[in-house]
Amino acid sequence: MTADSGQETLVAEQGATPVLSAAGVRVSFPGRGRRPAATAVDGVNLDIAPGEIVALVGESGCGKTTLARTMLGLERPTEGQVLFGGSPIGYRSGALRMYRRQVQLVLQDPTGSLNPRHTVYEAVAEGVRIHRLGDEEARVSRALARCGLRPPERFYGRYPHELSGGQRQRVVIAGALVLEPQVLVADEPVASLDASVRGEILSLLLKLRDDLGLAALVVTHDLGLAWNIADRLAVMYLGRIVEVGTPEQVFANPRHPYTKALMSVLPESPIEPIVLAGEPPDATRIPGGCRFHPRCPELASGAAAAAGVDGRCRGERLPVLPPTVPGESQVSCHLAQALAR
Amino acid sequence: MAQLPSERPPLLELRDLAITYQTGAGPVPAVRGVSLAVDAGQTLGLAGESGCGKSTVAASILRLLPSSATITGEILFNGENVITMRWGRLRAVRWAGASIIFQGAMHSLNPVQRIGRQIAEPILLHSPQTTPAQAQRRVAELLGQVGLPTRRAESYPHELSGGQKQRVMIAMALACEPNLIIADEPTTALDVMIQAQVLNLIGGLVREHGIGLIMISHDLSVLSETCERLAVMYAGRIVEQGPSHLVFTQARHPYAEALAWAFPIIGDPRTRLSPRGLPGDPPDPAKIPAGCSFHPRCAVAVPECSERAMELWPAGDGRLAACLRILPDFPGESPVRSVRKEEKDQPGEAVA
Repeated sequence: MTADSGQETLVAEQGATPVLSAAGVRVSFPGRGRRPAATAVDGVNLDIAPGEIVALVGESGCGKTTLARTMLGLERPTEGQVLFGGSPIGYRSGALRMYRRQVQLVLQDPTGSLNPRHTVYEAVAEGVRIHRLGDEEARVSRALARCGLRPPERFYGRYPHELSGGQRQRVVIAGALVLEPQVLVADEPVASLDASVRGEILSLLLKLRDDLGLAALVVTHDLGLAWNIADRLAVMYLGRIVEVGTPEQVFANPRHPYTKALMSVLPESPIEPIVLAGEPPDATRIPGGCRFHPRCPELASGAAAAAGVDGRCRGERLPVLPPTVPGESQVSCHLAQALAR
Repeated sequence: MAQLPSERPPLLELRDLAITYQTGAGPVPAVRGVSLAVDAGQTLGLAGESGCGKSTVAASILRLLPSSATITGEILFNGENVITMRWGRLRAVRWAGASIIFQGAMHSLNPVQRIGRQIAEPILLHSPQTTPAQAQRRVAELLGQVGLPTRRAESYPHELSGGQKQRVMIAMALACEPNLIIADEPTTALDVMIQAQVLNLIGGLVREHGIGLIMISHDLSVLSETCERLAVMYAGRIVEQGPSHLVFTQARHPYAEALAWAFPIIGDPRTRLSPRGLPGDPPDPAKIPAGCSFHPRCAVAVPECSERAMELWPAGDGRLAACLRILPDFPGESPVRSVRKEEKDQPGEAVA
């Protein structure tokens, strides 16, 4: 069932070594032919404390999935580095294999991430076999039980098609947990699940954090998910984190115009919807000045001009936000900074 | 459902619609007696989880079901029964009378044909006297209506983003000026901002052209934004229907309540670090539980729920619900355990 409401948020001690961090990470992909290079992640600092759930939200194409893949060691940063427990991760195959025992991935679509010809047992045991950990059955059984598939033996021989969508996603999470990692990186973990199942899977992620101290980076475009489970929320736009803070801070008082717009279009939002025109801009042509300025409603409405920052919005680049500790909020916006002064 | 004045039949009326798929493992009832009506200019949201039969209902309206499906009951489109319609008449009704926006726009477009040609196809088929120049003008007009530049007619689907492809699907659905649009999960897999753009677009078109709309989704929050009325389906039947804001904020059926709570009110401390789900899985359509089909998953079920046959009982304020707890003779407390939002409550104020 759902976690007890009113429980205290697990906030790691200030100053504790983050379990996983991105330090000045930049990832660009060379353009094909004469096309320019695309900078999917353009300077990101992000620390994840042990036992902390960080939600990374943004539109498709904002670079959130690339950042997640980089945190997993699946992409190499063009600049900057990914640190695990304070030391940079290695990219040789042995080092990466050791790293992946600690940092595991959960993908969006459980049907696509399970081999239809493998039983539940085989799917979950695969990691144990790759890492030659021994004690296979006990590990598989423990992982399945932790994910709410009880009694585990009943699920061993089942194939993915015999399971419901929610059970499949539990199997995928069990496959990640079987190595007893310290961090889960989940890319849209509930986007392809039914509304009724969604809460169950989110409760599971919260329970794993409480029981095992598992940290998680959850990549999503679903702000409700962040409100439901995240300790910290980072809003990403065109390769940069533009606002970060606890969900309470960010949702009660969104400071970046992009965050405001995202929140305003939610059903039931008390704010008048601010529907941004067009699609997220292109990572091959990042606008000068503030990267959001061509779509910024505050600039268009003259609010930025009234505060005397419109010239800076158009012409002055914003620095990359420094890493924050849990509970701290930051925003990358000329107007918000001018208003705060 | 309130009976409409008898002089003119409603735009679409389903009467006790039942659909059974014949499979190797025996008959599987997907829809088990659904009645509803939509009139021109009205919007109805049809909600439920995968397998509840909502997409089967949608496909049946234009007789798009596979031949393994047997249909009973009536599907009346402007008073004409679609089930017994002759082929020629059915072809005229498809696109020009009613059209469907399918889920997964990404996969519904032909990858090797230009957008403009795909939008023009139903226009040319339905009015063969249309000249290519007229069709082109109409395509440009439709692209304008859905907020795409005219030059996009020359693009191939792979050159468009997901939101743009969904707009193309909407333009196609509008091509022959239908009276009814059926939108099956039109915004699934789209980002919040693009979702807002697409929903605004659909809402605006319905208002301006007086089109009837049936929108299908598992997300009650999206449906309640766009539709005036909601019908919640579970295991092939409607379990609650009524005005959207009431069904969404103060559901009378425990299943509708669970669906409404699946998406949190951001800022509401009741849902902070406390996601609400619904334990269990929907029933196997071949083995539907007796009595209320929801009772095995229901947190407030009583022994009578597994015995007594359910029907949609009036639940006040223009609502119907298939739950024993709304009956006046039911002993015990009311079925509403938690009001999602009071009418005047602003969710933003909940944050300290």
